[in-house]
Amino acid sequence: MSKNLFNKVWDLHKVTTLDSGQDQLFIGLHMIHEVTSPQAFQMIRERGLTVLYPNRTFATVDHIVPTADQQRPFADALAEEMMRAIEQNTAQYGIEFFGLHTDYQGIVHIIGPELGITQPGMTIACGDSHTSTHGAFGAIAFGIGTSQIRDVLATQCMAISRPKVRRIEVSGQLARGVYAKDIILKIIADLGVNGGLGHAYEYGGETIHDLSMEGRMTICNMSIEGGARVGYVNPDQKTFDYLQGRRYAPQGDAFDEAVDFWNSIASGPDAQYDDVFHLDANTLEPMVTWGINPGQAIRVTEQTPSISSLKPEHREVAEKAYTHMDFAEGDTVKGKKINVAFLGSCTNARISDLREAAALVKGKRVHADVKAFVVPGSKQVARQAEKEGLARVFADAGFQWRGAGCSMCLAMNPDKLQGREICASSSNRNFVGRQGSPTGRTLLMSPAMVAAAAISGEVVDVREFMREPVAV
Amino acid sequence: MMVSEKTNPAVDSITGRGIPVRGNDIDTDQIIPARYMKVVTFEGLGQYAFYDVRFKEDGSQKPHPFNESRYQGAGILLVNRNFGCGSSREHAPQALQKAGIQAVVGESFAEIFAGNCTAMGVPAVTLSSQDMLQLMETVEQEPTTEIHLDLRSNTLTAARQSFTFSLPPAYRNSLIAGTWDSTSVLLDNLEQIHQTAARLPYVDGFAAGV
Repeated sequence: MSKNLFNKVWDLHKVTTLDSGQDQLFIGLHMIHEVTSPQAFQMIRERGLTVLYPNRTFATVDHIVPTADQQRPFADALAEEMMRAIEQNTAQYGIEFFGLHTDYQGIVHIIGPELGITQPGMTIACGDSHTSTHGAFGAIAFGIGTSQIRDVLATQCMAISRPKVRRIEVSGQLARGVYAKDIILKIIADLGVNGGLGHAYEYGGETIHDLSMEGRMTICNMSIEGGARVGYVNPDQKTFDYLQGRRYAPQGDAFDEAVDFWNSIASGPDAQYDDVFHLDANTLEPMVTWGINPGQAIRVTEQTPSISSLKPEHREVAEKAYTHMDFAEGDTVKGKKINVAFLGSCTNARISDLREAAALVKGKRVHADVKAFVVPGSKQVARQAEKEGLARVFADAGFQWRGAGCSMCLAMNPDKLQGREICASSSNRNFVGRQGSPTGRTLLMSPAMVAAAAISGEVVDVREFMREPVAV
Repeated sequence: MMVSEKTNPAVDSITGRGIPVRGNDIDTDQIIPARYMKVVTFEGLGQYAFYDVRFKEDGSQKPHPFNESRYQGAGILLVNRNFGCGSSREHAPQALQKAGIQAVVGESFAEIFAGNCTAMGVPAVTLSSQDMLQLMETVEQEPTTEIHLDLRSNTLTAARQSFTFSLPPAYRNSLIAGTWDSTSVLLDNLEQIHQTAARLPYVDGFAAGV
């Protein structure tokens, strides 16, 4: 029996054991954004501390960035103040900053991988719960709070206890119209929104192996929605091919050195886990949420559950969900009219997501009752989509084509639901109020399902949508 | 290498009245909506705690324990399962602390939330479902009930009832020792930090072996 990747990487980065019993863990890569970092910089200033390894921190802006009009100063004075704070903090401490003035700004979890900053075998921290995304590269990546950002800035370390490691083994072939998003929604539905408490999730098996790096990122991204702070996939040739040639990836001989190291940290075939969960991908169907947390997800063809059929501890939240959504028990989400279609977020705003969605909307028109928009995950994704003609396809179909940012995933910017609107969303959270209206409603699904809903004006089964003849 | 002698107040016991906020899976978007995070400081966040579940869009109040006069001044928040799930925003426990909360007692907590609480010196301790129910009922019936948490003995007492709570040992140790604000503790090991960095091949861009 050998060590799994998680424990190899942990041991490599362990500085010491603290008196509290926690480990002091060196953080190889720290990423920051404008919302959770200003207070941390203020704290280190108040204590007369500095940034210990400024070249191991990278910054961007994503949460508050307007996606329609990005002219400075921003119309929102509070957003402008946050923007200035990160500009000043990164300048003062010599931290590389991918601001709006650069070609590389975007959602923090999209730009790390696409710039090759995110690499296998690293420990990564960022003041954002979706930091687990970076685990797709075989890194162990933690979402942290602001006090821990202060710790990482000042010491490049975190005080943390070692979690358990659960192997999530996914076998079988995905049917057409079924995607990585459906795998992770199914895992969360099966294991529960707190099923991963105290665990890191290692995703493996032939289905995960066959996924693109983008698909692996989608899965790791939503680990936290299942309660697991960390999710990862072992690095393989696909990982190395993705990284080769990227701006911050090792070049030349150093790349070969890196590949040796990256192979060395992968879990071996006899690696040990605290437990294992199996999922059969052959039987997966497109998933959609009906409620107010990501675990309240069903197959698109399935009826919403009766409250009495649920475990007692799930009934209270289910009741809240039915009240908020104004859905009935035994109803289907399929056929629900939508008002908004949002294609974006750190979960699903990569180029492969946009390609998939564009192929489905090409030559069609967004339904007259739907406001649809596409928010690419980064400037690089936007540029690539424009180069490939995808932006044109979306615009011709009636989608708004926006600038990069978090947009309506969390609505800390002008993109918000209004009133009771229902949104078909490729994002990661359907919490009450999440998309900016306290009474707004969110249906989580894959980008292809969002595209199909945008055209149809209601939630449809993307597998049926794919079979429809293209309108002439 | 000793960089700093700064320690924080030991948090070994907390006494106060309770405020029960019932419900499982209460996420940090509910604890503080994202629109109130457009700030560069944590000051003043207390007024936004549970904002959208306390107030309608026209500003009038909804029924919520934080709106009830009988719970005003309570310092111990009582919750159920998976409290603080979702976003890692420390703004959530900061808002609670600034609204007067000094400790959270629940059936379970999301991991990042519990870590954030500890880093602020706010214990997040867990009770069994049955004990939690009993404690909430006690406080709902008699809101003036004084609750006492003793971190050294993992004991919670309320109105002659006594419960044993759980708290991860590392959190307990750092709260009792006054090292819950970990920056100075981590910086004390500065030499080892640099030694660790030196053995990581990626820190110098895989140059060493070339």
